[in-house]
Amino acid sequence: MRIPPKITQALAVILLGAATLITVITLVLIIAFVLKRGVPEISWEFLSTKPREMGKAGGILPTLLGTVLLPLLAILIALPMGVGTAVYLTEYTRENRVTRIIRFGTDCLAGIPSIIFGLFGYIFFVTILGMGWSMISGGLTLAIMILPTIIRTSEEAIRSVPQAYREVSCSLAATSWETVYKVVLPNALPGIMTGVVLGIGRSIGETAAVIFTAGSSLMMPSSLNDSVRTMSVHFYLLAREGISDEKAYATAAVLVFAVLLVNLAAYWMMNRFIAKRSR
Amino acid sequence: MSNPFVSQTPRMTIRNLDLFYGTFQALKQVNLLVQINRITALIGPSGCGKSTLLRCLNRMNDLIPGVRVTGDVLLDSQSIYGSDMDVCRLRKRVGMVFQRPNPFPLSVRDNVAFGLRVAGITRKNQLQEVVERSLRAAWLWEQLKDRLDSPALSLPMDQQQRLCVARLLAVEPEVILMDEPCSALDPISTGKIEDLMLELREQYTIVIVTHNMQQAARISDLSGCMLLGDMIEFGPTGNIFTNPADKRTQDYISGRYG
Repeated sequence: MRIPPKITQALAVILLGAATLITVITLVLIIAFVLKRGVPEISWEFLSTKPREMGKAGGILPTLLGTVLLPLLAILIALPMGVGTAVYLTEYTRENRVTRIIRFGTDCLAGIPSIIFGLFGYIFFVTILGMGWSMISGGLTLAIMILPTIIRTSEEAIRSVPQAYREVSCSLAATSWETVYKVVLPNALPGIMTGVVLGIGRSIGETAAVIFTAGSSLMMPSSLNDSVRTMSVHFYLLAREGISDEKAYATAAVLVFAVLLVNLAAYWMMNRFIAKRSR
Repeated sequence: MSNPFVSQTPRMTIRNLDLFYGTFQALKQVNLLVQINRITALIGPSGCGKSTLLRCLNRMNDLIPGVRVTGDVLLDSQSIYGSDMDVCRLRKRVGMVFQRPNPFPLSVRDNVAFGLRVAGITRKNQLQEVVERSLRAAWLWEQLKDRLDSPALSLPMDQQQRLCVARLLAVEPEVILMDEPCSALDPISTGKIEDLMLELREQYTIVIVTHNMQQAARISDLSGCMLLGDMIEFGPTGNIFTNPADKRTQDYISGRYG
C-alpha cells in the first residue's frame, strides 16, 4: 500500500526537525552544564596566577599560555605546508595515480587516532631528535595531526575557485605562480580559513598527543624547548587524578570560551579581509 | 581567393593547423590570415571548432589536458608554438575577451590594474593613468570615474564586459580575441560592444567568434565559416554573406545548420 505523499511529507518534516532539535539540545545541554559548574569558579585571580598544589589551588595562567602557544605553533607549521601541498596537488599536477595515492594517504591520516600521532611524536621528536618534552615537539606533532584537515579543506577551497578566473589571469600574461598568488589563493581564503579553524579547534582540544610530546609541566614556559601544559591536559589531569573538580570545571569553562573566541576572531578576520578586497 | 584585404601583411598566419583533444580531431588543416586593423569573424555551427581555433591563437588550449597541436601559427612571422616563444609574452600581445563577463571579485580599479600589477608596475600615478586611459578606451570612464573603488561584480552585465575589455586594453595587446563576447548580453548592450569594437579596430586587430550572423555581417571585414573542424570558406564578409562560394556556407547562413 502506498502512503499518501502528504503524510510522507509531514513525516519527513517531523523526523528531520526532531533530528535537528535533538542535536541542538544536546550541544546546549553540554555547554550549559560545563558553564554552570565552571563559571562561578572563574575569577581574575584564577586567570592570572600560577596553579598551586598541582592545581588544587591557584589559577591556570601557564596552561592558558600553553593553550594559546601550542596550537599557534602547530598552525604556523601546518598552514604553509598544507596549503603548499594543496596548491601543488590542484594547480601543478594533473589528476593521476600519484595524486590519487597522496589524496588517499591524507584521508587515511585524517582518520588515525591522535594517540598514534602522540606516540610517533614521542618516539621521533622527543627521543630520536632529542627535543625532549617541549613546545616544539608538541607543536610539530599537532601540526602533523592537523595537516590532513588543512590539506583537504584547502584543496576543496582551491577547486571551488572558478576556472574562469584562472583563464583570465593567464590571458593577462600572468604565470601560474602569479595566478595562484594573486587570484586563486585570495579567492580560496575563506575556505582555507575553515580548515584553520578546524585545525586550531582540534589542537586546543587535544590531550593524548600533547601529554606524550609537550609533557605536562605547570611552569611558565620561557622558550620553545620548555615543556608546557594546555588547558585540555590540565582539565584531564585535574579530573583524572581527582585533584579538584571545581578547578577542572572552571578550566573547562575557560576552554569553551577560548574556542568560541578563536572562532569569532577567525570569522571577524575573514569578513574584514573579504570586505577590504571587494570594496 | 582574390580580395583587397589579403594584399596587406597579415598580423597572424595560421598554417595547416590540426588540433586533437585526445583522439578526437577538432581542427583539420586550418589555414587563415588575420589582417592588421581588421575584424575577422569566425562563424559556424556549435562544435565546429571556431572557439578552439580562437584559443589556439594565444595558446589558451595549453591549459586543457590532452590537447595536441600540429601545424603552425605565426604572429608577425614568428611561430607562437616555437620553443623560443614565451607564452606569457604571447598572451600579452594576443589578449582575450571571454563569453561571459568575468571580472575578478575586486574593485573596478583593481580589475583594470591587474595586468599591470602582474607585470610588476606598482607606481600609483602610473596605474591611475593607465586605469583612466583604458576605461576611456572602453567607454566606461564617464560612468565609472566616481566609482573606481566599487566592486566590479555590482556593475550591469554590459559594463562588466566592457570592463573586461578595459582590463585587457591596459596591457596594450596587439590582437584582441573575442569569444562570443555578446552572448550574455541584451541587444542594446550588444550594440554598445559592437560600436566599441568598430572603434578599437582603428588600433587593434580583432578576431571574433560569434553565433550571431547579423553581428558578423555588421561588424566584420573578413569572415571564415567553419564546419566540423574544417575552414570551408574564408573571405571578405560581403562575399561570404551575399555570394558564398561553398554550398555548405550558404546552407549555414540561411539557417539550414545549427
